[in-house]
Amino acid sequence: MEFGPIMSAMRRNKVGAILIAVQMAITLAILCNALFIIEQRVALSKRPTGADEANVFIMDNQWVGNPPDVSARLQGDLAALRSLAGVQDAFASNSFPMSGGGSTEGIKLHPDQKDQTALTALYFGDEHAIAGFGLKLVAGRNFNSGDVADKLGYTDLKGPTGIIITRVLADKLFPGGNAVGQSVYGVAPAGPTPIIGIVDRLQVPWISAGGWGSKFNDSSIIEPFNFISVYPYHYIVHTQPGQMSAVLKAAPKKLFDISRERVIGKTQAMTAARADAYKDDKGLVVILAVVCASLLAVTSFGIVGLTSYWVAQRRRQIGIRRALGATRNAIIQYFQTENLLIAGAGAAIGVALALSLNLWMVNAFAMQRLNTSYALIGAIVVLLLGQAAVLWPALKAASIPPALATRAA
Amino acid sequence: MAGFESSVNSARVGNAGRVGAAVPSSMFTYYFRLGLRSLRRNMVLTGLMIAAIAVGIGACMTALTVFRAMSGDPIPQKSAQLFAPQLDNWGPDQHNSGSPDRLEPQLSYTDVLGLMKAHAAKRQTGMYATRQALRPANPAQKPSKVFVRAAFTDFFPMFDAPFKYGGPWSASDDEARAAVVVITHDMNDKLFGGANSVGKSIRLDNEPYTVSGVLDDWRLLPRFYDLAIRPFGDGDAIFMPFTRAIDKHMGNVGSTDCKSDAEPGWDGRLRSDCVWLQFWVELSTEADARRYRAFLNNYAAEQQNLGRFHWPPHTQLRDVRQWLHYRHVVPSEVRILILVSFGFLLVCLMNAMGLMLAKIMGRAGDIGVRRALGASRRAIFAQCLIETGVVGLAGGLFGLLLTALGLWAARSLLTKEFVALAHLDWTDTGIAVLLAVGATVLAGLYPTWRAAHVQPAWQLKAQ
Repeated sequence: MEFGPIMSAMRRNKVGAILIAVQMAITLAILCNALFIIEQRVALSKRPTGADEANVFIMDNQWVGNPPDVSARLQGDLAALRSLAGVQDAFASNSFPMSGGGSTEGIKLHPDQKDQTALTALYFGDEHAIAGFGLKLVAGRNFNSGDVADKLGYTDLKGPTGIIITRVLADKLFPGGNAVGQSVYGVAPAGPTPIIGIVDRLQVPWISAGGWGSKFNDSSIIEPFNFISVYPYHYIVHTQPGQMSAVLKAAPKKLFDISRERVIGKTQAMTAARADAYKDDKGLVVILAVVCASLLAVTSFGIVGLTSYWVAQRRRQIGIRRALGATRNAIIQYFQTENLLIAGAGAAIGVALALSLNLWMVNAFAMQRLNTSYALIGAIVVLLLGQAAVLWPALKAASIPPALATRAA
Repeated sequence: MAGFESSVNSARVGNAGRVGAAVPSSMFTYYFRLGLRSLRRNMVLTGLMIAAIAVGIGACMTALTVFRAMSGDPIPQKSAQLFAPQLDNWGPDQHNSGSPDRLEPQLSYTDVLGLMKAHAAKRQTGMYATRQALRPANPAQKPSKVFVRAAFTDFFPMFDAPFKYGGPWSASDDEARAAVVVITHDMNDKLFGGANSVGKSIRLDNEPYTVSGVLDDWRLLPRFYDLAIRPFGDGDAIFMPFTRAIDKHMGNVGSTDCKSDAEPGWDGRLRSDCVWLQFWVELSTEADARRYRAFLNNYAAEQQNLGRFHWPPHTQLRDVRQWLHYRHVVPSEVRILILVSFGFLLVCLMNAMGLMLAKIMGRAGDIGVRRALGASRRAIFAQCLIETGVVGLAGGLFGLLLTALGLWAARSLLTKEFVALAHLDWTDTGIAVLLAVGATVLAGLYPTWRAAHVQPAWQLKAQ
């Protein structure tokens, strides 16, 4: 390959070559960081909650007029919900995964420990909680009705008789794998609380990217409480497969039949809650994808435009080369090599730019470190883009007849 | 258009130099026509340039418009006079990693009560949001949930809340824990069909409340005084005296953080060091703010003397803008989009610059002839600059269309927390056009400079 003539030709078009190289560098930097963010957000929005999401819906309920018998009303509602056709189980809770609201507790292994061992999210529920969410109990036992007590809102500080925790939390607290039967501190105002069971997974209520929930995503605790509150709380209803839409309609009607002295707020399937909760992540993914596509299009059109101009400028020289025996392929190869050199320089700068851009975002936005493979993939994409963009002008150049050399310009 | 023309002309009149006799305005139209003709000669290149600039401007302006809407000052006339005091009532070791300055954004009931009693600011209000069931007058209708804000009467003048009917409740209502409310315009439409409802009664849970005032249209976006509750979404519909809400044990919605051991029940909550209340003060002058800072420190020192705090005073006083910055109201995603879109604009501009270079140098022959016929470098320069200006203007106008499209897409793709209030206003339009023309002309400077330095002799020889 004749690098010499290419280099000397490029020296005469320095600015054009630099413009293309820098464009490719910036394109590469944005492209691989955007792809990285896209990949992260997609992964984020696919994290499982641990619940049987396809068959669970949530119904908010608030009593009107501070009734004194909320505990009895709660039990009445639950009995009615559980007896509905198509319902597997139901329970009442203070929160649910992806809701964005709930309560946390710091867990300690010793009573006099200064810093907590783990931050956890609290879910209240009775012996129907595991079946209500559709969780998988992997060790120990479920609550029984004797474990369950009434919790009169968040200002009621009574401690639970025992707790069920997630596998992630169990492994963190007791890496030896013997969490069931052990006790932890911090859950009750004073004294130890035994761990009686472990569920495979139950996500915390806060799911936003980089938000505080991301620090303890699967560290949840279920406490055996009926959440008795005059403020809104949630009924979590687990339906039989395929019965969701029917039960979703029947449930509020049933509760209003029991009492009209209530406000039933949002009633939505967990799949709908997921779509809501991750709407911004999905939106960001779409926006970044469109930006990436436009960026690639703009850059490649730029290459087409500038290379076409170079071809037009060098028509005579190309004609002379053809007349002197250069094949069409040689002409095509000339422009492709030229572009490869420019794009290669651009890619090298681009990889450096991409990594420093990411480093800055790591500091400014608490982003994760960019995987170097993204930069390499981006570099390959940009090199291929350059080759594809230069093909049309190169073919045009190759079609210049050798006879052109004999004519005046 | 006229303004644009005259401003370019005046610049040219100043340094017209050798162009001499020609009347500047006809000179401009001549260049303008030359420019247009040259643009028409290569429609593909021109189209590519305009498209590149339009796409870049569209992306940039979409991100910038969203950012401007979100980071705007919700109360510009008073943002420097409203302050959120903070004080450390937990001790230096108790704050979690989320608060690097070892302060919490909210206050405890004890401290709000203490600061309200001290009355050290021109106006002050502790407050919190609660959710109550609103009973319609017609018993056949179902009750609904509403956000109720519990505050002191100073709340309304502090935040410049405009009244349509009536006014705030009185300070004596605050003291008497009176069952009075102020309702929003929307709530008044819903409950009373928009009629003057002052003196009428509404029912929250089982209690009747007398309407003392109806607010006029009032929007604070973001709702800076309580950022825990949908700062860009729908908010408070009803306002009632803080003392009344506390009296009726109305629990708060929003965030509650407790560190030390709390006692059970409502009274335990009130006595605890749990932080769950917002507190704002109005201080008219900087001297007042300085005095209030000193007062806050004295208050904390007093609590230390009383044995409640076992640490030296640690307090802070931030005005509205500082508060919004401190609480990171603009999500980092918006900043990422700004960054990405400006990078995109840069690529688009470099692209346009390369194409312009190609275009102008492709006309080196023409320029050589014009130079040989007596056109000055300056004249060539002016002609090319006008040509790039026209490209920039066209790119800017198409870019505006793309911005409108981009905002429409953003509104349908993202939640309110991202795109609240984001719409194109005249400022945005101005920014877009200026940015497009300015950036394009800037990008065109080098090609234009090259054009002006075309050697006429060399070009003519080549012909």
